Amino acid sequence: MIKLNINGKTHQVDVEPEMPLLWVLRDVLGMTGTKYGCGVAQCGACTVHVNGEAMRSCSVPVAAIEGKKITTIEGLSQNGLHKVQKAWIEHEVPQCGYCQSGMIMAAVNLLERKPNPTDADIDLAMTNICRCGTYVRIRAAIHAAAKA
Amino acid sequence: MDTVVTSASRRSFLKASAAIGGGLAIEFTLPANSLAQSRGVAAGQEVTAWILIYPDERVVVRIARSEMGQGSFTGLPMLVAEELQCDWKNVSAEYASTTEQMKRNRVWGSMSTGGSSSIRTSHEILRRAGATARTMLINAAAQQWNVAASECVAENGVITHAASRRSTTFGKVADAAARLDAPKDVKLKDPKDWKLLGTARKRFDIPDKVTGKQVYGIDVTLPGMLHASVMQSPVFGGKVRSVDSAAAEKIRGVKQIVRLENAVAVVADNWWRANQALKTVKVEWDEAGNSNVSSDSIMALLSAGLDDPAIPNAKKTGDAATALSGAARVMEAEYFTPYLNHATMEPQNCTAWVKGDKVEVWAPTQNAEGTVTEAAKALGVPEINVEFHKMHLGGGFGRRGVVQDFVKLAVLVARQVNTRLDVPVKLTWSREEDIKQGAYRPVSLYRMKAGLDAAGNITAWHSRIAAPSIMLSFQPDRVRNGIDTNALGGFIDMPYTVPNTQVDYSLKQPHVPVTFWRAVAHSQNPFARECFIDEMAHATNKDPVEFRRVILKAGDRNLLVMEAAARAAGWNSPLPAGVHRGIAVQDSYGSYAAAVIELSVSDAGEIDVKRVVVAVDSGYVVNPDSAKAQIESNVVYGLTAALLGEITIKNGRVEQSNFYDYQMLRINRIPKVESVLVPTGGTAWGGFGEPPLSPLAPALCNALFAATGKRIRSLPVKNHDLKQA
Repeated sequence: MIKLNINGKTHQVDVEPEMPLLWVLRDVLGMTGTKYGCGVAQCGACTVHVNGEAMRSCSVPVAAIEGKKITTIEGLSQNGLHKVQKAWIEHEVPQCGYCQSGMIMAAVNLLERKPNPTDADIDLAMTNICRCGTYVRIRAAIHAAAKA
Repeated sequence: MDTVVTSASRRSFLKASAAIGGGLAIEFTLPANSLAQSRGVAAGQEVTAWILIYPDERVVVRIARSEMGQGSFTGLPMLVAEELQCDWKNVSAEYASTTEQMKRNRVWGSMSTGGSSSIRTSHEILRRAGATARTMLINAAAQQWNVAASECVAENGVITHAASRRSTTFGKVADAAARLDAPKDVKLKDPKDWKLLGTARKRFDIPDKVTGKQVYGIDVTLPGMLHASVMQSPVFGGKVRSVDSAAAEKIRGVKQIVRLENAVAVVADNWWRANQALKTVKVEWDEAGNSNVSSDSIMALLSAGLDDPAIPNAKKTGDAATALSGAARVMEAEYFTPYLNHATMEPQNCTAWVKGDKVEVWAPTQNAEGTVTEAAKALGVPEINVEFHKMHLGGGFGRRGVVQDFVKLAVLVARQVNTRLDVPVKLTWSREEDIKQGAYRPVSLYRMKAGLDAAGNITAWHSRIAAPSIMLSFQPDRVRNGIDTNALGGFIDMPYTVPNTQVDYSLKQPHVPVTFWRAVAHSQNPFARECFIDEMAHATNKDPVEFRRVILKAGDRNLLVMEAAARAAGWNSPLPAGVHRGIAVQDSYGSYAAAVIELSVSDAGEIDVKRVVVAVDSGYVVNPDSAKAQIESNVVYGLTAALLGEITIKNGRVEQSNFYDYQMLRINRIPKVESVLVPTGGTAWGGFGEPPLSPLAPALCNALFAATGKRIRSLPVKNHDLKQA
C-alpha cells in the first residue's frame, strides 16, 4: 500500500511503486482532469504540483512522492476559481482544452515563484505543448493573472 | 408542463409532414425528456428537432457537429438564437443523439465536422429552425389570448401582445407550441438587423475546460471498465504472423491478450499495466512486401510520376507549351511537402462494450455517423444496433474524421474480451502508437514552369503535381481518369490571370495511409504556388504585392484580403534593421486568407518569427472572438508544420515516435498574431477552421527569402541551413 496526499486527502493505493502518478490519478482514483499526452515528460498535459513544484506526473513514480503534498487541477482551488482559472476564462484561452489542465498548473506554479513574470520568464517556465495554438492567449492570461 | 404524451396519430402526421417538407422536420419525440425525467429534472419541450425549451426558460440547442476547440458548440446556437429571439444567457448546447439521428431519418442532417463546414453548411437550417420555433411560440401565445399572431412580438424569450398588454414567456408556451403545425415558410432576418450574430460571445465549453471537469473520450470511466493498449503492424498493411505473450500474461492486472489480424492488444485493469505488458509482447509481422519502402523510394516514385510524358492533364487554358517556348524568360522550380501527423493532444481512443449483436461505443469523433458505420461494419451488425455516445475531442484537425481506425480496433478488442467478461473496454493508443499509426497529410512534389514576357508579365504557367490521393481510399469514384481534383486545390482554381495554364497530376499511392489534415491540399499547394509567385516577383524586380495586384482581377476577394493584410502590416513602411517580411494569399473552403509574416534570421541561422498578420474574408463572422482564436490557432499549427513538421518513412514504417522527434512549437517561439476580419457579406458563407492556415507556409518562406536570399523549396524549414555566409 502506498499512501498519497492528494488535494488534502489521503489515499491508500495498492499499486507497483514504479507506477507513474498520472495513471494512479486517472485509472486508480478516477481523477481524469490530469491528462495523458506523451508519457515521456515532453508535453506537460499531465502537470501537477508536488510540494508546490510543477511536475510531469507521467514520469513520477508514486513511490517517490509518498507523503508529499500533491495538488491536481481538481484541487487547485477549493473555494471558487483560482485567479489563473479566472484569467483563462476571461481571455477565452482553451480551444479543445485538452492541454489546459497542465498549462494552468504550470502557470500557477510560475506565478507562485515569480508573481510578476516577464515574457522571458513565461518562455522559460511554460514548456507545455498546445496543438490548438492557444499560446498567444496563455501569455496574455498569465500577465493578467499576475495583475489580479 | 413536465410531461408531454406523444400520441400515435400525432407521430404519423409528423412523419408525413417531415417527408413532404424535405427541409426542416418538426418532430415531437422526446428522448432527452425521458432522460431528464429519469434524472428527476424538469423536462424540456422539443419545439423543433434542434430546440428544447424548458419551463425555467432554458433553451438547449442540439448540435449535430463536433466541438474540437473551434467553437461550434457556441457558434451554432448563436445562429438559432438570432432568429429565435430568446435571451442568450438562457442558451446552452447539447449533442444531438446519434441513435435518434438513425431512428428519425437523419433529422439533423450531416453530423460530419470537417472542411470548415459546421457553420457554412448549416447556418441556414439553424436560422430557419430558430425562426420556425419563434413563429410556433408566438402562434401558441396568440391562440391562448385569442388574438392574431401578427399582433404579437417575441423578444428576449418574452412574447408580448401590446394592445391587450399581455405577455408570456417561451417556457410557458413551449408545450403548446410544440403541438402546433410548423409554419411552411419563415422569413429570415436581413443580416443588417442581426443583434447576436457578429458579436463576441463567451464560449460555452470554456469553464469546464479550466477546471478539469470536461470529459473527453479518453476520460470515459465506467463501472468495471478494463483498459487496453494496442500495437498495430509497424509496417502499414502488415499482419500478425505470431505472438509470444508469455511475459505479458504474468504482469499484474493483465486480463487478456487480444490478437487481431493487424494488431495485438493487452487488456488490463489500468492502462499503464496494459501498456507495460504490451511492451513485453513479441510479435512477428508479415510486412506485406512493404518493408523496403522509404522516404527516398517515395520521392523517387513521385519524381517518376512527374517525369512520365503520359502524366494526366487535369486542367488547361490556352496553350502553355507554345507560350513557354516563345517566352522571353522561363522559370522552373521544384517544391516538396512532407507527410504530416495531426498529433492531436488527446491520443486516439475509443471505449466499447459488445453485448451480443449490440454494441455501445464512446469516442471522440469528428464524424459521428462514420463512427457508427465503422463499429457496425467491424462487428457485422446493423447500424441501429450501435448505441453511440459522442465525446468531446482533445483536438481533431482531420484525424478523427473519415478514418475511424480507433473505433474499429476498440470494438474488435471489446468483442473478444466480452465473450468472457461483460465489461466495457477503453482502448487508448500510446503517443508512440498515435505518431506511428497516423493517417497522414500526403506528401507532394511539384514541378512548375512559368513563362514571362520581356515586360515581366506571366504568359504561361505549367504545374505538374505528384501526390497520393485521399479520395482513393474512401471515395474512389471521386478519382476520375486518374485525377483527384481534391489534391489540386489552389492550382486548378488559381485566381491569377495567366493566359496559358496547364495543371497535370500524377497519382502515386505509397502504402502510407493518408487523410484530411487541417486545410488538406490547401495546407501544401499554396506553399508551392505562392512561393513560386514570389520567385517571379523577385526575378522581375517587382514588389510581391504589386506583382500579385496586376494578376488578380478587380473585385477578387483574394485581392481584397491581400490588401487588407498588407495594409494592416504596413507593407510599404520600413522595417527595423534585420527584420524582413513575406506575403501570401490563398482562398479555401469559401473563405479568403492572406498573411504577412515578419521575421529575422540570426547569423547562426536561427529564425525569430516576430509578427504574423492574417486577414480573412469569410463572408460572415458569427463569433468574432472564435474567428480570432482560429486565426491564432492556424498560425501556430501552420508555422509548426512549416518550420518543424515532418514524418519520414524507413523500412516501411514511420521513423518518428513522440514529441521529441516529431516536434511542436512551444510558447517561446510564438509570434505576435494580428487578426484582421474583413467579411464582405453577400450570399457566400466561408469556413474558418482551416482557411487561415493556407497562406502561412509560403508567407514564412517568402520572408525567409527576403531575409537570407535563400529560397526554401521543401518543407520543413528546419532541414535547411540558413547560416549567413
